Amino acid sequence: MQKKNLATAAAFADTEVLRNAPLPRTWSDYLGRKIFVLLLTLQGLGAFSLITLGVMLRKRHVAVGVIHPRIRQEIHRSGVAMVPMFILVALGLGFLVVGQTVSALTKVGAMDYFSSTMVIVVVRELGPLLTAMLLLARVGAAHVIELGTARALGEVEALEALGIDPVHYLIVPRVLGMMAGMFCLTIYLILGALASGYLCAFLQGVDLSPGDYVRQLAGALSWLDFVLLALKTVIFGFVIAVVACYHGLAQPLRIQDVSRVAVRAVTQGVIACVLIDLIFIVLYLLS
Amino acid sequence: MSDRPNIPVIELQASAISALREVARPVVKNVTWTVAPGEFWVIAGQQHVGKVDLLLTVAGLLPPLAGTCRLFGRDTREFGGADPAERLQVGLVFAGGQLFHQLTLAENIALPVRYHRNLTAPEAERAIGVWLDLLELTPLAHALPADVSLDWLKRAALARALVLQPQVLLCDHPLGGLGTRHRQWWLGFLDQLGRGHEVLGGRPLTIIVTTEDLPPWKAAGRRFALLRDEQFFTYASWAELAASPDPMLHELLTDPPDIEL
Repeated sequence: MQKKNLATAAAFADTEVLRNAPLPRTWSDYLGRKIFVLLLTLQGLGAFSLITLGVMLRKRHVAVGVIHPRIRQEIHRSGVAMVPMFILVALGLGFLVVGQTVSALTKVGAMDYFSSTMVIVVVRELGPLLTAMLLLARVGAAHVIELGTARALGEVEALEALGIDPVHYLIVPRVLGMMAGMFCLTIYLILGALASGYLCAFLQGVDLSPGDYVRQLAGALSWLDFVLLALKTVIFGFVIAVVACYHGLAQPLRIQDVSRVAVRAVTQGVIACVLIDLIFIVLYLLS
Repeated sequence: MSDRPNIPVIELQASAISALREVARPVVKNVTWTVAPGEFWVIAGQQHVGKVDLLLTVAGLLPPLAGTCRLFGRDTREFGGADPAERLQVGLVFAGGQLFHQLTLAENIALPVRYHRNLTAPEAERAIGVWLDLLELTPLAHALPADVSLDWLKRAALARALVLQPQVLLCDHPLGGLGTRHRQWWLGFLDQLGRGHEVLGGRPLTIIVTTEDLPPWKAAGRRFALLRDEQFFTYASWAELAASPDPMLHELLTDPPDIEL
């Protein structure tokens, strides 16, 4: 027997009983309840991720005339439309990191480490994490509010009544758009930050030619940086989109619940990105 | 499906209908109901008695808590996202229209044909032209739902439900919140659909509507049902309905007093 995708996801999403229970009497009760909510949320998110991946693969040739334009629309929203903001952030990030790095490294006479510091800070850590936070705040929050409103107004039932899988029509384009946007914007942010970093160093009178700077950067980068960067950005994009969509769509909502689930989605998105980043730090250290 | 005229369109046996918001809670118990092709059913009941939940169950969107619900002979519990063939034979019009607020009325109406027949936007525009004209929606085709009154939203929702040419039409409170002219239009149009409209090839549509106000639905050949106290009662005709001593029915059958301003 095949169950509907959203009904399956909703079955995993019922944490409201625990959230609305009376105040706990002891700290151990409080902690236990929090752990239960965490485990149920993880279970729900995991199930929703698998359902989304399954629909993405199973229905890749279904209704392409509707879904492909939706994917292009989402790539525009999560990627192209964000480029001006990211140029500004890249300039700021480059100036901020390099301004501090140059002054610190000059004091200890370690300017040879300038490029490798840029790679570690910008390419491995700040670039992807900052992109994830910005996308979560600007696009992820919009996703959860849009989907939550659609859910509360009964549009999801209307989609199902028309024989359209809401996961296919509403979630898959958003997830793919977020993954593509996250990957491209991280690359733009890193390139912009590295370029503005050089500009900042040049303005501070650091004796470094553009050729030497690029050579030092290339020397500090390894193939693993490229692989892990691509993997990290795609995973961040997937996780942000899934967390936002899960909270907006997976459970029946009333209109007054939308702001609450939006806050919950953004909080969980930040926590998820930081935890994933920690896993990648371990991977870098092991390599 | 249409090749098997002897199979009931809808068949509920000892079904318990669950609430959409609380799936584990039954709102109507022990429903046994058979709808034959071409029948026009009016389901009456006051607010929050489970009328929309019953329609969602019949449409295969909400599985019954107990018993069975068969659509064209197939158990709706077997319905999944991958095989909506029976589902597509049922058009559902929600009380508020429930149009997708990011799409224009024309895009809303075109969405099912674009999705299921994989049409491009211009192809879909041609396919829905007849419906826009028939339902007098052409001037509002490019308006967003937020800019349109409920009268026209409900008509657009009706067009969206009919565009795939279903065999069954379920309408939740079709007359609710409408002005007099629109109420008359709906009663006349649903009557034409029930008798067989040329736009659907003259085939009589099986229609189920819900209401809190029975008098507008008094017409020969219609069948009635009442939802009350978690129970489902059926009546074969208006005469049988009017003869019932049920005080709730009496209330639903009474015309509201005219209010003069």
